[in-house]
Amino acid sequence: MHETAILFLEFGAVLLGLGVLGALALRVGISPIPLYLIAGVAFGTGGVLPLATSEEFISVGAELGVVLLLLTLGLEYNADELMTSLTGNARAGIVDLVLNAAPGAICALLLGWGPVAAVAMAGVTYATSSGITAKVLSDLGWIGNRETPTVLSLLVFEDLTMAIYLPVLTTMLAGLSLLNGAIAVGIALITVSVVLIVALKFGRLIEAFVSSPNSEVLLLKVVGLALLVAGLAQQLQVSAAVGAFLVGIALSGELAEDAQALLAPLRDLFAAVFFVFFGLQTDPAKILPVAGLAALLALVSMVTKLLTGIYAARRAGIGKAGQARAGIALIPRGEFNIVIAGLAVGAGAHPDLGALAAAYVLILAAFGPLAAKLVQPFITAIAKRA
Amino acid sequence: MEVEQTALPGIGLRHDFTTRTGQRVGVVSHRTGRRDLVIYDKDDPDRACQTVKLNDEEADALAELLGAPRIVQRLNALHEQVEGLVSVQLPIPEGSPYAGRPMGEARVRTRTSASIVAVVRGGRVFASPGPDFVFGTGDVVVVVGSEDSTAEVADILARG
Repeated sequence: MHETAILFLEFGAVLLGLGVLGALALRVGISPIPLYLIAGVAFGTGGVLPLATSEEFISVGAELGVVLLLLTLGLEYNADELMTSLTGNARAGIVDLVLNAAPGAICALLLGWGPVAAVAMAGVTYATSSGITAKVLSDLGWIGNRETPTVLSLLVFEDLTMAIYLPVLTTMLAGLSLLNGAIAVGIALITVSVVLIVALKFGRLIEAFVSSPNSEVLLLKVVGLALLVAGLAQQLQVSAAVGAFLVGIALSGELAEDAQALLAPLRDLFAAVFFVFFGLQTDPAKILPVAGLAALLALVSMVTKLLTGIYAARRAGIGKAGQARAGIALIPRGEFNIVIAGLAVGAGAHPDLGALAAAYVLILAAFGPLAAKLVQPFITAIAKRA
Repeated sequence: MEVEQTALPGIGLRHDFTTRTGQRVGVVSHRTGRRDLVIYDKDDPDRACQTVKLNDEEADALAELLGAPRIVQRLNALHEQVEGLVSVQLPIPEGSPYAGRPMGEARVRTRTSASIVAVVRGGRVFASPGPDFVFGTGDVVVVVGSEDSTAEVADILARG
């Protein structure tokens, strides 16, 4: 058979399979991310149905998926919001960082995976999935709740932390010597700051350049700019994902909304491919041995996120029930944690890291939204009695 | 009465206040234009126990019902009083020959017998503007007159 034909057959089958899984997830009311991961594991080496020809194609698609994920994430925020959130919620944000990065870092150190893997695992347990959490908030009608701004500003804080964390992680993963590493981290941080300042001061100029009443032109300009900056960022040892994120932040207002609407289907497609690709890289035989550890880590990070939510909401003057809701809303992990683990695995971190992260995200992406749904009536009952 | 405003990063804005009877209500303004009318739980004051999702049109209709019934009544009364009289809102389109020129140069009343009663610019209303009032692109001109004469005004504003 012709190579292209096989590629289309395989890729088509994967996408169709994801579609069916997505429909299933919708019906049960959970996030489709865990199902995509499982699908990836099934298609990978050692899985039920290994893909032969399209793996390289899927790998490029996955890279695109990460870029689009972070670009659309950046589009959701404008630079002002980021700055307000940074100054107004620094204390809760730091509690979030310390409490939730610790479990992953400690776990990696206890396993003897070394400092680089510890930094990667810290990121895996730290970042809440803003995508899943936003969906939980809107599905359960929590958007109008008074604790919601607290939850959202924590998410913004996390995303901003990611903009600094990701380049640092990528330079560490590159395994440079201490001096060269420090220089590379310095360059990365300077790049991030320069882009943030440009976004804050000259956002309008970029917008004026990108803006177009024609949706085709707008789409091409936004994606083109994001990929260009992503490639440039990659060259400078800042990850491509961060570059795309910063482009998203630089664009705001109506333009960002239009671009978001145009990009959403594209992002959904390639992000799903990204999860599959991560699953592909994960050997199913390795998941079972780390399943117990992943469950324990998930349990610990559920408690730490709960505490984070309670702390942050109490500071904002929210009642007991609202504090609990804030904590529960922060539990889901998803795209970011996989992005981080993906970077680490790609750079040759400990071979078990991918499996552990996959199992961990599987649990929390599925259980987070479910927990919120199940616990809601209890919280209401407690509030009524108090 | 104090209305509290809270930013919702990534979503939009929330405004809320407590009524005199102690019921907390709010409106979440999504960036997409969607409006949620939110009613808070009395036992758990942080929780929205009822959320009514409204699109642009529905939110406008609700606002009108709540806030502007008298204006609507008066407008209706005006239309009933004088049969054949209409009031229309005409934008100054891009490329209009009168953009950047004073209203007097258009000689609207002389040429059509319809009257310009107000100009709306960026949410501000300039009532009964004088002949020196300078039109800008994007202004909305409120004209009162017969159906034919107001149509002529639209033509003048667009093409001169």
